[in-house]
Amino acid sequence: MTDLSLSNKAIAGKTAPPAEARSLRLPTQWLGVTPFFVFAVMFLILPTLYLMLGAFQNEAGEFTFANIVALFSANIVAAYWISIKVSLASSLIGAFAGLAIAIAIVRGGLPNWIRSATLTFSGVASNFAGVPLAFAFIATLGRLGLVTVLLNTLIGLNLYAHGFNLLSFWGLTITYVYFQIPLMVVIIVPAIDGLKREWAEAAATLGATQAQYWRMVVIPVLWPSFLGTVILLFANAFGAIATAYALTGSSLNIVPILLYAQIRGDVLHNAHLGYAIAFGMIFITGLANIFYIWFRTRSERWLK
Amino acid sequence: MKSGRFWAWFVFLLGAAYFFIPLIATIEFSLRMRRGVYSFDAYKVVLGDSQFQATFMFSVIVAVFTILLGVLIVVPTAYWIRLRLPQIRPIVEFITLLPLVIPAIVIVFGYIRMYGSNSPLPFLGSNLGANALLVIGYAALALPYMYRAVDTGLRTIDVRTLTEAAQILGAGWGTIITRVILPNVLIAVLSGAFLTFAIVIGEFTMASLLNRPAFGPYLQNLVANRAYEPAALSIIAFIITWGCMSLIQILSRFAPKSANRPN
Repeated sequence: MTDLSLSNKAIAGKTAPPAEARSLRLPTQWLGVTPFFVFAVMFLILPTLYLMLGAFQNEAGEFTFANIVALFSANIVAAYWISIKVSLASSLIGAFAGLAIAIAIVRGGLPNWIRSATLTFSGVASNFAGVPLAFAFIATLGRLGLVTVLLNTLIGLNLYAHGFNLLSFWGLTITYVYFQIPLMVVIIVPAIDGLKREWAEAAATLGATQAQYWRMVVIPVLWPSFLGTVILLFANAFGAIATAYALTGSSLNIVPILLYAQIRGDVLHNAHLGYAIAFGMIFITGLANIFYIWFRTRSERWLK
Repeated sequence: MKSGRFWAWFVFLLGAAYFFIPLIATIEFSLRMRRGVYSFDAYKVVLGDSQFQATFMFSVIVAVFTILLGVLIVVPTAYWIRLRLPQIRPIVEFITLLPLVIPAIVIVFGYIRMYGSNSPLPFLGSNLGANALLVIGYAALALPYMYRAVDTGLRTIDVRTLTEAAQILGAGWGTIITRVILPNVLIAVLSGAFLTFAIVIGEFTMASLLNRPAFGPYLQNLVANRAYEPAALSIIAFIITWGCMSLIQILSRFAPKSANRPN
């Protein structure tokens, strides 16, 4: 099969039409991808550009940095700060816990069905976000949640008397971790599978201890995909709104909720400041994703 | 190695506890509607609610149209890039990754400003237009998953030979795509479709900001106003997501095994 198509390609190359004929065919060549590009430009790129340009304009349409400067008011900085903290904490906790679970199910000598069951469940849980997730945690750790009540009646520990609140930084983080861990597991398991048995054997032949094998082979190979996934998890949490909104209403001031309120009712009384907040969100997730793509290309070199 | 296995079990059970306790708590809570005994009253109330039926049907229909639009955009593009335009693959892959970079709330904010009722393209001027815009927005959100699924499917078949064989037999482009390529990547398309369905069915941000009567905003409203019904709905939503993912797993068993290495 491969030979046939290769020789076809060679023949096609030899009998390629002259330049004029090819330039005549060019439009039909691009016709096949036109719907995609029209869709992407109209419904992804232009709307985003519109907001990004709007972030640098005032009401009269003149160029200005005033909106970007206005982002640094106390209220908005606080919103960005708590968003970044929640995203960072949930992505780091999610990443390390996910890595531990992935190593346990791939390398821990557990029965095989546990591995496939965990992977299926991870696929489900990584897509289980928004209102249902928020409610699951209200039923667990809310004031009348199962765990809150059980801890109180069984060992007399009153979480809420000790300053815990589900509608807070830690409450939101522990809820976000529910979709962050599975996402990490789904992405990192193939990377751990990619660690070749030969590498362990080669290391053992050369006299490496188990610790040296981990420190000098496993960690350097897994590092880029691990770091890349942390960044993806960060962006994932940073843009999330439904879970937080269902959990806290508007009592916890994170950026997506601030933007949501601004779109609904112009709470900042400045339409272009809303554009600037959107610009700030794209700036942060964009920066994170540039790192992600960079790390991923580095890690794929090893896993081929 | 003994202690290694102990730690593996320890980590696994700890993780299982974190993931199952909230589910158990939600199930327990959803059964408590009738005072003193466990019952399925909350489920009966929810499933019998006409607003639930209406919003759920709306979201299902939107999901179906989203899948159709996604397939219509992604399959010809991915096919054409494999066949004729491999040089623009990096550009297209970059564009399909954009929805992971641009948060949904920002995309829909752009729509509201660009396609409002006073704009040259007033999508939001009519109900039908707003529904169409919602479908378009969801297709954009699902683009990374749909494209990857279809592209992986195309990798496992010999696109060039199939196309040439079809052409020799006199098939036009429409026939080639619908009767040769699509059936060969149907399983990949279906797994992309179920993932899209799982994403769309409970989506809140876009539906709420475009004022559509979808399932996500209904759920949100219920959480704010009721006690037991949201618990029942959370369990139902979990089962729907679980169903979609299981279908993807089952389908992947039927996918053609490839000589090329998938990654």
